[in-house]
Amino acid sequence: MTTFNTSNQNTDPYASVRETTEGRVYSVTGGDWDDLVTEIGATQEERVVVNMGPQHPSTHGVLRLILELEGETVTEVRCGIGYLHTGIEKNIEYRNWTQGVTFVTRMDYLAPFFNEAAYCLAVEKLLGITDQIPERASIIRVMLMEFNRISSHLVALGTGALELGALSPMIFAFRERELILNVYEMITGLRMNSAYIRPGGVAMDLPEDSIPKLREIVKELRTNLKDTEKLLVGNTIWMKRTVGVAYLDLPGCISLGVTGPVLRSTGLPWDLRKTQPYCGYENYDFDVVTADSCDVYGRFLIRIYEMEQSLRIIEQALDKLKPGPVMVADKKIAWPAQLALSGDGLGNSLDHIREIMGSSMESLIHHFKLVTEGFRVPAGQAYATVESPRGELGAQVISDGGTKPYRVHFRDPSFNNLQATSAMCEGSLIADVVAAVASIDPVMGGVDR
Amino acid sequence: MSDIAKSTPKISDNGAFGVSGTGDTSGYGGLVLKGVQVGSSERPFGSYFDEVVDDLERAYPSFSDAIEKVVVDRGELTLHVKSSRLLEVSLILRDELKFEMCMGVSGAHYPSETGRELHALYPLLSLTRNQRIRLEVSVPESNPHIPSLVEIWAANNWQERETYDMFGIIFDNHPGLTRIMMPDDWPGHPQRKDYPLGGIPVEYKGATIPPPNERRSYR
Repeated sequence: MTTFNTSNQNTDPYASVRETTEGRVYSVTGGDWDDLVTEIGATQEERVVVNMGPQHPSTHGVLRLILELEGETVTEVRCGIGYLHTGIEKNIEYRNWTQGVTFVTRMDYLAPFFNEAAYCLAVEKLLGITDQIPERASIIRVMLMEFNRISSHLVALGTGALELGALSPMIFAFRERELILNVYEMITGLRMNSAYIRPGGVAMDLPEDSIPKLREIVKELRTNLKDTEKLLVGNTIWMKRTVGVAYLDLPGCISLGVTGPVLRSTGLPWDLRKTQPYCGYENYDFDVVTADSCDVYGRFLIRIYEMEQSLRIIEQALDKLKPGPVMVADKKIAWPAQLALSGDGLGNSLDHIREIMGSSMESLIHHFKLVTEGFRVPAGQAYATVESPRGELGAQVISDGGTKPYRVHFRDPSFNNLQATSAMCEGSLIADVVAAVASIDPVMGGVDR
Repeated sequence: MSDIAKSTPKISDNGAFGVSGTGDTSGYGGLVLKGVQVGSSERPFGSYFDEVVDDLERAYPSFSDAIEKVVVDRGELTLHVKSSRLLEVSLILRDELKFEMCMGVSGAHYPSETGRELHALYPLLSLTRNQRIRLEVSVPESNPHIPSLVEIWAANNWQERETYDMFGIIFDNHPGLTRIMMPDDWPGHPQRKDYPLGGIPVEYKGATIPPPNERRSYR
């Protein structure tokens, strides 16, 4: 076990000290803060720069925070991002429109269905088929997005609490998240990155007898989510760490383009599901949860109660589901959705293979053309938005009339909201920086794309 | 422009992976791509777009000089703004027309549009009106300067850095226009159409693997 060396010749590979033109720089990549405090205390300087991350357990992935401290007070915070940049937006330009889904689903990896939905809504807008999406497909989309909202909020709450030193909520949150991942596996064949929502509808229908199972899971979640809630809501220690911390009011949010729970914690009930509905959200009965405290505790409460609202929406979606198609009728667009879920995941349906290989050459040609070349999307541009667990997720999609996207840009809420870190943290204590970042809930896969 | 981008043929001319023509793998599509730009729209624009344009004309007397064209397409309103007038128009849109939020900026590269190769797209949102519009600014690749909107919408800080990083559009008077995704010393701007996909040789244990676009031909 490496110990924190208090001499200048620091040998700890995970936490080092070096002299720069800006002064002495401390790199913190986990370990005991007390050791760092002791070391900093030994120096005679008032102002220290602490480099926190990018490999730090409480920075939500590979976020790098550059903190300037005066004693324990943070005077300046800068974020370093880009450590998870994977060039998804560039790669999409080399694949056809349907394959784009498999890329975007990997952006914000805690909210894959939202990425898929935003992209598909934009592509459908370009194709002019928004009105032709079958109702069943929209309902399945809504249902999956709401399950996804719960699973994403659970990670935000679980890891957020963990970062502030509360271990038990994480155990409960991940127990519940497991139930939801099982739902994804049952419906799409994969626990994440499912590429299930496709331009025109969804990849395949729900498996038989899934509705009773889903109802059972919703019932179980309704009981179990109370555990996380009971542990934290009104908990004195939790409130001491969160109430009044990372204050950001409405003008601040608007100016910084912050959306989602952080915006709603200022009391403004701005939720795209209500204000600019998509996928038929106007037909569901649910409430927009707000808080008026503008702090970490308010954002935490919003996430807790939004999960309940999501369960309400899922129940209504299950009631609305009627048998019918899950892909647009236009066979020139509908990817041959004859996929089937078997023991080893999602794959081609054997019946369909039998038909295209054995009896219908035209089906084979059609299948081949659509799968290899893809469909064409009329030239133009569209911007589609969905309310992701973190705020407004926008897909700016441009087509030049070809079979591949000309340009796809994702306006990811994590990317935008993370800018608010400085506004929330400067002037506060160093311990509150962790709370502030947790309350923004950035997902670096979405930030860096 | 970087050396890497210079040494390879323009992908926009040749298609992905050096494919010439349309990228139509079957050969029977007869697809001819004529560029992306949609022509200017005529009144009535429909929906709330007439109202927005009327309000802007009233609040901003030099409307006809600053707005190059008004495009309504796919249920969205796009105002093409001259880059020299962008600051004025934005300020009026924010203060008079109540488009309080700018949801960022994204770039697009059209190498075929000589003199207006680089475009910046700004989706605006009004919480008061519950409406969205888009501003579009185009600048030449040789002089890619657009005034920064960070003073008007602070949210654009990182967004403009990203667009600079990916497209090389220089946002004048930005408080700190540095790369944000790519390393600080990265050559070139990856999202430009003449920048190859993965055009960086990979070195592993002494052996160098050529970039993906040179590894095999898809012709």
